[in-house]
Amino acid sequence: MTSAVDPTFNLASSVAAKPDAPVAPVKLKVEGLQFYYGQNHALKNINFDIPEKRVTAMIGPSGCGKSTLLRVFNRMYDLYPGQRAEGQVLFDGVNIVGKELDSTVVRSRIGMVFQKPTPFPMSIYDNIAFGVRLHEKLNKAQMDERVEWCLRKAAIWDETKDRLNTSALGMSGGQQQRLCIARTIAVRPEVILLDEPTSALDPISTSKIEDLIDELKREFTIVIVTHNMQQAARCADITAFFYLGELIEVAPSDVIFTNPKEIKTRDYITGRFG
Amino acid sequence: MASLAARRAKDTTIKAVSIGFAVFAIFLLGWILWTLLARGLPALGLNVFTNITMPPGQHGGLLNAIVGSLIQVGIAMLIGGPIGIFCGTFLAENGKKTKLGAAARFVNDILLSAPSILVGLFIYSLLVVPFGGFSGWAGSVALAILVIPVVVRTTEDMLNLVPVGLREAAFALGAPQWKVVMFITWRAARAGIVTGVLLAIARAAGETAPLLFTSLGNNAWSVDLNKPMASLPIAIYQYAGSPFDDWVALAWAGALLITVGVLLLNVVSRLVLARMH
Repeated sequence: MTSAVDPTFNLASSVAAKPDAPVAPVKLKVEGLQFYYGQNHALKNINFDIPEKRVTAMIGPSGCGKSTLLRVFNRMYDLYPGQRAEGQVLFDGVNIVGKELDSTVVRSRIGMVFQKPTPFPMSIYDNIAFGVRLHEKLNKAQMDERVEWCLRKAAIWDETKDRLNTSALGMSGGQQQRLCIARTIAVRPEVILLDEPTSALDPISTSKIEDLIDELKREFTIVIVTHNMQQAARCADITAFFYLGELIEVAPSDVIFTNPKEIKTRDYITGRFG
Repeated sequence: MASLAARRAKDTTIKAVSIGFAVFAIFLLGWILWTLLARGLPALGLNVFTNITMPPGQHGGLLNAIVGSLIQVGIAMLIGGPIGIFCGTFLAENGKKTKLGAAARFVNDILLSAPSILVGLFIYSLLVVPFGGFSGWAGSVALAILVIPVVVRTTEDMLNLVPVGLREAAFALGAPQWKVVMFITWRAARAGIVTGVLLAIARAAGETAPLLFTSLGNNAWSVDLNKPMASLPIAIYQYAGSPFDDWVALAWAGALLITVGVLLLNVVSRLVLARMH
């Protein structure tokens, strides 16, 4: 797709150097991003690229700003007066920080899954239909098809096909989280943001979600915030390390976890702090 | 430091006193209910529901008062319910830290404990005097004003129980705020909101004071909201103090009806809430 050589596309081309990774264009380009919670300067001049159809992990100790950055990507901070972002995040070249794009449009194209499963108090079917109806008018057959499609994508179709009209609140935590992923996919976003999606789940549910992430990156750009470094190493093509609101290092995951350039990164991944 | 025996004695005494007062309170309530049943049940014949209020000795009933109460409470809920729910929603969803929100919450708290006779006088000067007479409308609006603060408070409290994560999840799908509120937060809190509405109905159904200067009461059959309208509490108030035995008996029957109705509403609202949790 992008054969043109652009010096700013370093990261993407370093991924391209991996045998299983052909050239990946930049999906989200973060440039000079600052973020404030009132007086608190939470993100300081962040610059980095998130490649398309790859998994990018953001790691770092609590309070380092990784979740904050994730919430900038789909404008969650808009909901809270007193939170503000400066600089830009280019999404396919369009700045999503600021008022050029309506936040509902940004959120329909950049979906988000949260730490705790958040099923809506309605049936499994309606959990998915709710998001779809916000953006598209589908007839019953088309909606049925969409519901099945996204439940299959989220690897939960077999467990739910016979109980689509029962309440989603009756599912297990792991199932609820995969339903939330299905619900996000159903809107057909281009980017999926995952905010510590497995921290509330047991190991078996966690490995199911990790397999799912591997599967989903064929079609979606994925950004995951995690406290679990093994998870980042297992799932992510690229890992970014944050510390005290700054981006310390970003590199292909195998490099970050075996041969990091920065001492802080090394200290963190070897467990010296955090 | 007191000895162990002294502490035990203190503990036993306080326990005994608390249990004693609890039993006393239940006894009082039981006494009221017993008297109500003993006096009300014998008077609760079919005529109560089929006949309207009549002069003493003519075997009258309470039909006009029952229907009048239903109409006025119904209209009060139609006016006060939506206002209360929307105001409570504003306070929980948008008005948390705004000046308007703080002011509305403060005024609502005052209204919640305002004497209901004051509400009656307020409507008297607002709707009865300027429009030239007592009316069912005035009674309904007075009851609506009593209903609003109850609904506002329960709606706000129940919406505040809905986790922030649920709202954020809906916003994250690209939903505008009105859809998040209507389809997600209201839905998550619906049992609590319904409970608030039921409790408000119970409150309005038993009020006499706000109706005294507004709908006045009416011993004839009338469903005209522009005319004075009968209601159960007013009929009880009139009949209970009368020197006629059959009127006094009807007052007991009316009191029993209201009590059973309010009790049922409370039980239903508790069941609804229990199902929610």
